[in-house]
Amino acid sequence: MHVSLRSGVYADSVKLMQVSKAVGARDGVTAVLVAMATPLNLELAAGMGLAPDEDAKPDQLLVALRAVDDAELAAAVTAVEVALTAREERGSADAIPPRTVGFALAEEAETPLAVVSVPGPYAVAEAMDAVAAGRSVLVFSDGVPVEHEVALKAAAHEAGVLVMGPDCGTAIVGGVALGFANVVRPGPVGLVAASGTGAQQVSCLLDMAGVGVSHVLGTGGRDLSAAVGGRATLDALAMLDADDATERVLLVSKPPAPEVAQEVGRTAAGLATPFSSAALSPDSPDLTAAVEALLQDMGADVPTWPSRPGADREVPEGAVLKGFYSGGTLADEAMLVAAPVLGDVRSNTPLKPELDLGADFGAAGHVVVDFGDDALTVGRAHPMIDPTLRLEAIAGLAASGEPAVLLLDVVLGYGADPDPAGALVPAIRDLPFPVVVGLVGTEGDPQGWSRQADALAAAGAHVFASNSAATRFAVDLIGA
Amino acid sequence: MVAAGVDVFSDALRAQGVGVTDVEWRPPTIGSADDLTQLALDPRRAAANRVAVERVLASRSTLTDVRPATEVLGLTGRTLLHSGPPLTWETASGPMRGALIGACLFEGWADTPEAAEALLASGGVELDSCHHHRAVGPMAGVTSPSMWMWCLTDPTDGREAYSNLNEGLGKVLRMGAYGPEVIERLHWMTTVMGPVLQAAVRSRTEPLDVTGILAQMLQMGDEAHNRNRAGSLMTLRELSPSIVAVDAPKSDIAEVLRFIGGNEHFFLNLGMPSAKLAMDAVGSVPGSTMVTTLARNGTEFGIRTAGTGDRWFTAPANTPVGLFLGDYGPEDANPDIGDSAIMETYGIGGFCMAAAPAIVRFVGGTVPDALATTERMYQITLAESPAMQVPILGFRGAPTGIDVLKVARTGWLPQINTGMAGRVAGTGQVGAGLVQPPAACFEQAVAALAEESRAALV
Repeated sequence: MHVSLRSGVYADSVKLMQVSKAVGARDGVTAVLVAMATPLNLELAAGMGLAPDEDAKPDQLLVALRAVDDAELAAAVTAVEVALTAREERGSADAIPPRTVGFALAEEAETPLAVVSVPGPYAVAEAMDAVAAGRSVLVFSDGVPVEHEVALKAAAHEAGVLVMGPDCGTAIVGGVALGFANVVRPGPVGLVAASGTGAQQVSCLLDMAGVGVSHVLGTGGRDLSAAVGGRATLDALAMLDADDATERVLLVSKPPAPEVAQEVGRTAAGLATPFSSAALSPDSPDLTAAVEALLQDMGADVPTWPSRPGADREVPEGAVLKGFYSGGTLADEAMLVAAPVLGDVRSNTPLKPELDLGADFGAAGHVVVDFGDDALTVGRAHPMIDPTLRLEAIAGLAASGEPAVLLLDVVLGYGADPDPAGALVPAIRDLPFPVVVGLVGTEGDPQGWSRQADALAAAGAHVFASNSAATRFAVDLIGA
Repeated sequence: MVAAGVDVFSDALRAQGVGVTDVEWRPPTIGSADDLTQLALDPRRAAANRVAVERVLASRSTLTDVRPATEVLGLTGRTLLHSGPPLTWETASGPMRGALIGACLFEGWADTPEAAEALLASGGVELDSCHHHRAVGPMAGVTSPSMWMWCLTDPTDGREAYSNLNEGLGKVLRMGAYGPEVIERLHWMTTVMGPVLQAAVRSRTEPLDVTGILAQMLQMGDEAHNRNRAGSLMTLRELSPSIVAVDAPKSDIAEVLRFIGGNEHFFLNLGMPSAKLAMDAVGSVPGSTMVTTLARNGTEFGIRTAGTGDRWFTAPANTPVGLFLGDYGPEDANPDIGDSAIMETYGIGGFCMAAAPAIVRFVGGTVPDALATTERMYQITLAESPAMQVPILGFRGAPTGIDVLKVARTGWLPQINTGMAGRVAGTGQVGAGLVQPPAACFEQAVAALAEESRAALV
């Protein structure tokens, strides 16, 4: 047993409880109390049979120990000394990372924009943080209930900011590419896009024409539905109209709901900036044509769009069109271009409900599959990142022996596979039928349009910068 | 830019030379996605929370009187107040039972602990929450009609809040002890200290500015929940001239001064009603997701929110983690108990851990841990208090106004500093440490707030 009183030593009671705990944890120690000799602590010591003999004063330090033997006791007394004089870690915390968009934005007053890609059910809470902080937000997440999208966009309109999305994969704001977007030169054309790959095709062609874009404002694929009423599209049109760098406004979309089309038309007519539309429909099936019309209207030259000739493979007798797409709008465009020549094209995202393919991607006949459709991206990455499903479908087609011309899109840019040609080449190199690729991208993209085009052409593919040109080429092969 | 979600977006932004702050997003474990979205989109929320937290920040507290609970609260007959959400004798924990027994002995309603227990078990004593009477009490919080209470007034609107007087440390009623020395001390507090303090407080020309003391404490190493040393000394300094001038025997005056000076938690029972005044200022604010009460009765933890008014959301209380007195260990500790979490509700206590790094050592933590705790609390609160400042954080204001929605979204529960009572009735204090509310309280609050929101927005 060791009981001592020391004068001139003071430590905070918490520190002393810590010392008691540390020394008490030693194997040979059976009881310990290291505390200032206050009446309360003396009472505790007495209760433990460790009361000091002499009169104690509250400013004295009481060290009371019991151990299994003298050696352990001596070691414990030493341990008390060590614990009393031990230095603690000094104060400076690592910054605590923000857990919400709201807190991150509160700390970053200059940040103009937030990007939200958390799972859909939680995306609106994060996006609403941005709106409440007066910042625009891109919501990549899908699976957001439409009534929440409406409420979010209504709040954004009130706050004078833009909600791009939900399910918005593409935007370029002030030269910064967000999501799946290409490296395009700055220029006078502002895009409002309800369609991601459509906006990528248009912005890449504008870049190749030497024109460039000011901004690409995505709206989310559902914005032009009757339920959402084009809320983001209308706000984006107004923002581009007010933007000094934007001299032309181009709307890229699928056909809006009729009542929304009217509203958008009214707003567009009121813009000070010249407006044109590239809304894909049977009447205007071709994004490239819309770009060409805009260029002509601007007095710019329409270039010869880049392409690469592929292997001179024989077109099999009775060949059908097999379009395996990663971009939804590009798939639509392919169907709109092909159908008038080939007749009905079946699809998982069909032009008409009766052409629905269901899940039977191996079905015979003219087929266009959109592997980027939401139903196929549940639990897996978008085909612009993960080519597995499409590669399986190509292998399946080869194995089936069905005579075909294979039409593919390959989309480059930020967010996409760093080398999509690398994944495709082994799959198409030895196919016995022609392969045609719509290669959407620019020379400035991380993958480089020419590098990818050369690799694909070396594997036998006919490569076109314009998806509609690629489709026409494939259709012509079949027709020939 | 700010990015929440998959890395590929922020990586692409960085590749373009854009500065990106990544949100360390986690799937919320509290509340359904639908309820969280409902609250996030509620157009009333931002303004309602602003109103609620501004009422907290505008509140001031002064010490205006000391009076017996019979007078202050109109407690008549056999009524005892206790801490936390409402409870019954059957569900009361050891220390709560001990304190209730002690109060019956003190009031003379029973002669022996056994008789007191029988009286309480037979329903012969009415029990109610302090919080239902504009009062708060630390630990068991048991307040009986004869006990004297601090009366605090908000000078901006005249509202009042109350707390009993602090008995000191060790074997005390609030920790569940009811031995003869406990009852004797309570009698002395009632017959000697209460009247002396009343005369002293009433003789002051200016009421004591308790909010002012709270603000100063934070600059002096206290967080005003588990550490009240500077606050207690400042209170002693402020009251001493008036106490010594009271017309009472010198020996009584000396004993009162010795008692106050020997109790480093003396101020806690002034700080708590001060925070209570601020939280009571909020009242009911439809659409607000701000917490107005965090309180524990030793069995359950209860919370209330501005958007749901007087309704309690309760769940079994956690047991604190910390350091123990003498031979006591974790098995001796009772689950979380006391109204003192009103300090955290008000934005200090555990929320200002950074101001009192000594406290974080209760769980073996370091000074950086203390700073990190306060940093986290900023992410679950609505505002920074201009009055309560944390020196080491560049005098940043205390994180004030706990937001149920932010708690649910971050998964970070409020950090509470607390004393620990022995789980066996009669034991007294066994240690002190840190604790958090059960997540279930917040789950219920999220569901109820979302339900109210849907009903209101139809």
